[in-house]
Amino acid sequence: MGKRERLSGNEAVAIALRQINPDVFPAFPITPSTEIPQYFASFVANGQVDTEFIPVESEHSSMSAAIGASAAGARSLTATSSCGLAYMWEELYIAASNRLPLALALVNRALSGPININCDHSDSMGARDAGWIQIYAENNQEAYDNMVQAYRISENADVRLPIMICQDGFITSHAVENIELLDDADVKNFVGEYEPEDYLLNSECPMAVGPYAITDYYMEAKRAQAEGMRNVPRVVEEVAKEFAVISGREYGLFESYRMENAERAVVMIGSAAGTTKDAIDRLREKGEKVGLVKIRLYRPFPADEIAELLKNVKAVAIMDRAESYTNHGGPLGADVMSALYRARANALAVNYIYGLGGRDVRVEDMEGVFRALEQMIEEGDAGETYRYLGVRE
Amino acid sequence: MATDISKLGVKATWKELTEGMIVAGAGTSKDFNTGEWSEVKPEFIADKCKQCLLCVPVCPDSCIPVKDMKRLDFDYGHCKGCGICVKACPFDAIKMEGVK
Repeated sequence: MGKRERLSGNEAVAIALRQINPDVFPAFPITPSTEIPQYFASFVANGQVDTEFIPVESEHSSMSAAIGASAAGARSLTATSSCGLAYMWEELYIAASNRLPLALALVNRALSGPININCDHSDSMGARDAGWIQIYAENNQEAYDNMVQAYRISENADVRLPIMICQDGFITSHAVENIELLDDADVKNFVGEYEPEDYLLNSECPMAVGPYAITDYYMEAKRAQAEGMRNVPRVVEEVAKEFAVISGREYGLFESYRMENAERAVVMIGSAAGTTKDAIDRLREKGEKVGLVKIRLYRPFPADEIAELLKNVKAVAIMDRAESYTNHGGPLGADVMSALYRARANALAVNYIYGLGGRDVRVEDMEGVFRALEQMIEEGDAGETYRYLGVRE
Repeated sequence: MATDISKLGVKATWKELTEGMIVAGAGTSKDFNTGEWSEVKPEFIADKCKQCLLCVPVCPDSCIPVKDMKRLDFDYGHCKGCGICVKACPFDAIKMEGVK
């Protein structure tokens, strides 16, 4: 059976990686993700893993080395945050288009500027179109559980795409919480061995990776890549089912919290979902019909399922922890609203920008969002659909 | 398993491409028909050729086969029609539309 512990999110992810025992881990430190390779380096030094740990000179190099290792046939990963992710930009697309299964432990932090080390989702949201699978965690337990499930999704023969396992910088990465760890043997058995059919170090059959594909081939290559993405939701659910057997913890594409008969809903990603659940519990005690949809899988986006869940809701607030500078909201807002439109949903929808650069979001703030939704229903009008929460006016 | 290059022509559908566009197996570029990238090609006029072979080393795609110290006709399966050989020939033994 599992072992009860109290761990920070970074330590929990590092322990998941120790249990996975990947082949290659190139890394460059950046706050707040630094602790993941730091803890892992101690596992290497102690002989607890036989991973090739490579301290590189930049994130451009860490992702390049992870890609090279994956192409060579190794199970690889790296970790980063914020500007480190930005510095991996071109490699992110290379990993995805070369269909290389590898993992990135991302600890979400605001992008400069102004320079800021605290949490928001501007780093990973900017990478949302890179062709990576993105899975987000609300708390330390989820960060650990998602990491354990990562390679099973990424390496699946119908998927073969890189995966970003995201958690909120400092809020979950550094806060210590109670957590239940799986037995080392259970994780090892669950993750299994990585055995690609084609790989660079196969002397029996050498291969070319990333060949030039001009106009005659590029679109077909991208369409084939999209097919891998189309298979992701099914595989995420299959892996979650198997994970539930060894852990007792159930996961899906998203979490639906008290959405039964809900008239007002919030859609959001990450740690602030916990805060929102507290607000919902308070309001439900007063008989208010409120609920939450917490996105776990953001890329690919489970649009149809989310629209289905929201079809009977009267008003919905979509919460973005990143700006998009469209003048009408953030990236999650755009995804959810287009899903509602295509499903011909009648819900009034607003999009809030919140929590940028680590700005705290409190239970009272989220109660205020539900009050605003109530007002929208009374007035039959969403009003300004692009709003800021918790900013000094 | 080595990739079957013959199936990767410009008529291949997205389902027929290899995963991540990998090409498994060595020495496959000979089998990959890059000559289909261009329509205009150089023409070899054998009567004018003095077999000086100045055209051979300038071809970026090694499309001028040489046998027994004599050049043969172009390998149009790989010639991309760049026209450099036309410029290299001192005897007007290579012609190509649009290249003087």
